[in-house]
Amino acid sequence: MLDWLTGKGDPDFWKKYSESFDKADANAPVRYIVFDCEKTGQDWKEDHILSIGCVGVENDAIKVGDFFEVFIADHKEKHENEAVEKLFKVNTDAIPETEAMIKFIGFIKNATLVGHSTNLDIEMINQALKRMNLGKLKNEAIDINVMHQRLKNLSEDQYHTLDQLCDIYKVKKNSRSTASGDAYSSALVFLKLRKKLKMK
Amino acid sequence: MKNPIAERIADFLKHYPPFSSLQYTELVAIAEHIKVVYLEKNQILFKIGDPTHDSFYVVASGAIGLSVISDAEETLIDKCDEGDILGLRPFFAKNNYLMTAKSREDSIVYAIPIETFRPYVAGNTHVLSFLLESFASNTRNPYDKDNRGKLISENIIFNEQSATDIQYFQPIKYTKNPITASTHDVIRHIAQTMASRQIGSVIIQENQMPIGIVTDFELTSKIATGQFSIDTTAEKIMTTPVVTVPEDISIAEAQMMMLKHNVGYLCVTRDGTEKGIITGIISEHDVVAAQANNPGVLLKQAKRANRSKELKVVRDKLTDLIQNSIDKNIPISHITSVASEINNAISRRAIELGIEKTGTPPVRFAWFSLGSQGRREQLLMTDINNSLVFEDVPAEKYDEVKNYFLQLSERVLETFEKIGFEKSPQGSNSNNELWCKSLTDWIKQYNTWINTPGEKGIHLSTIFFDYDFVYGDPFIEKALTDEIFASANNNHLFYAFLGTDAIKKPAPLGFFRQFLLEQDEEHKDTFDIKSRAITPLVDAARVFAISRDIRGITNTYQRYKKLADLEPQNADLYLECAEAFHTLHWFRTEEGLKTDSGGQYINLEELTKVDKVKLKNCFQPINDIQDLIKNRFQLTYFT
Repeated sequence: MLDWLTGKGDPDFWKKYSESFDKADANAPVRYIVFDCEKTGQDWKEDHILSIGCVGVENDAIKVGDFFEVFIADHKEKHENEAVEKLFKVNTDAIPETEAMIKFIGFIKNATLVGHSTNLDIEMINQALKRMNLGKLKNEAIDINVMHQRLKNLSEDQYHTLDQLCDIYKVKKNSRSTASGDAYSSALVFLKLRKKLKMK
Repeated sequence: MKNPIAERIADFLKHYPPFSSLQYTELVAIAEHIKVVYLEKNQILFKIGDPTHDSFYVVASGAIGLSVISDAEETLIDKCDEGDILGLRPFFAKNNYLMTAKSREDSIVYAIPIETFRPYVAGNTHVLSFLLESFASNTRNPYDKDNRGKLISENIIFNEQSATDIQYFQPIKYTKNPITASTHDVIRHIAQTMASRQIGSVIIQENQMPIGIVTDFELTSKIATGQFSIDTTAEKIMTTPVVTVPEDISIAEAQMMMLKHNVGYLCVTRDGTEKGIITGIISEHDVVAAQANNPGVLLKQAKRANRSKELKVVRDKLTDLIQNSIDKNIPISHITSVASEINNAISRRAIELGIEKTGTPPVRFAWFSLGSQGRREQLLMTDINNSLVFEDVPAEKYDEVKNYFLQLSERVLETFEKIGFEKSPQGSNSNNELWCKSLTDWIKQYNTWINTPGEKGIHLSTIFFDYDFVYGDPFIEKALTDEIFASANNNHLFYAFLGTDAIKKPAPLGFFRQFLLEQDEEHKDTFDIKSRAITPLVDAARVFAISRDIRGITNTYQRYKKLADLEPQNADLYLECAEAFHTLHWFRTEEGLKTDSGGQYINLEELTKVDKVKLKNCFQPINDIQDLIKNRFQLTYFT
């Protein structure tokens, strides 16, 4: 019953993931993974993830090849939202949530996660992991919205959407909103903010 | 797994050579290896002497400047915009970069690994020849016909020389088929020819071979001193032998020859010897003129241009010159005075070309620049305003004469448009029949504006009080100016109306000393430097200058300087305004060059803290000068 606490009964991929944090090379450049999730809604208990898009950032540059995208198949629930329905039908290569999480964990490894309002996304991923009887994500996380607040000395409740941040930092958006497209836009905003905040 | 980010980049690349010659799938494959790099303004991508990177770069957004170091100064030689390639050097050479690439604004570049791209170069002849042609023709994009040979890419083999040195080794341009005389010609005639052709030397020939030369120097030292009579023949005073050079001599060689032989003129012969046939003459002036885009050369080119296209080249070069001057922090007053001279030369030439086509003018006339050009402040390619005044003619001939001038104006404005100037959106151009009329009609027009200034009328007319004489007969300008200042003298109603107009836009500071930003959709959150800061200063300078009877000075900076002389009690404020105007003008010009626009809207996000403070410091003088207007012209009665 408490196997997951001691780590004994964990599946191999999770063990590998945990180990990647212990073996981290202090001299290697930090690998950031900028990610974005498309979700059925904003409620971390009720809603779930539809797709995840990720792109890697290393040494102040986006590595286009360090890319991951996954579409998650339906939970048998009926969607009230037609647009969500549509999104689903297009993606024939959608896979079950469990499989998607295994791939996602295998991709991110010990990278620092970067995103826009990361708290909600990470909480939903944690919920998915919980359904698989696994622990929470161990990765450090950076929120570009918080970076923006810090740069401008704004209070914490001054929230900007990703679109607004893109406008402020002059990042061209893709017309249709997908997880990978938003991840790329977030990555560009992240690069700019990093420079302006003089983060090393 | 599909990679939509790579596809998005491939979609971008496919519009630009050499990528346009590749398959879409190949582009996606390349894009997967790309790194997307963000550069802050003024961040260096690579420096002269840096070991070459393992990637070359494509500009995705923003602009990257390429520069070389010459005389310990950075000289900008090229600017890469969206879709331009830079840093190709590692393809061809293993040694270090020969140029510095620095972002001129916030930019995003794609870094394409050389190793990824190399197979496509080898496998695709189009790509290969594009890169080779870029390398050979020294242009970034050899398919761009207009720029062929004009741009210097970082690939050029420099031998550690700088851009100016390259120009040194280019062939010099000189006068071909020069004017010659024979040994028996009388000096008086030779001197007359030199005067009428405006040349400084005549080669003395025998059987088409040069045997001597008569220059200004011989005339002053031997004739004017009385040593020889003016009716002697050329052979008595000519300097002989002439220094001769071959046809394809470089600028540097020409200069060396002149210094070595201590002469001001070189004779070009077909085989370079004294026994060759004369084909040209090189003067010291040609050597100076050949060096870089110096303002004197542009002036000369403008004067000699024969087509609107040549004038456009001059104007484009002027833009480069302005950009380089701004980069080198040359004071804006110098830049504006040089630029306005060249702009005026361009206008003058455009009018001359118009006259050639339309025929000789029936009566005397004067062409005026109005607005920013009239104030000699135009650095950017903004819209132009002008007016035409012709001499009074009998009523029965009026229509005919007016028609001629309207036609002429139409031609000139066409030329202006080809050069790249925009016509005035309000139609304040001399091809508008309202602004092309006789002296008497113009005086009436100005009197209407001055004596019965309606709120609506006056706004349109303010630019007509910033006029600069460009072409034609100066007496018309004098007559007009005298008339205007006579009726404006002590006309308090008129001053009051000008003053009211000048304080319409208050100093752009909010209650907490924050910037007042634009609210409308298109320019949201930008700062409108033109209407909120520059125009108030210009308007204020105008009303004070007219009320103090300052004639002949239309430049805002100089108006304030003059005002400071006339009113020592307000000198400090006027000088502050003069400085503020310069600073604002500098900001606007930089923005305009960067965004290729009128530079009206400044994005404060892109300014550094120091720049923001500099900008803010300009607002206090605006506030103070507007207070002075209110008190001086007792505007409280009117507003």
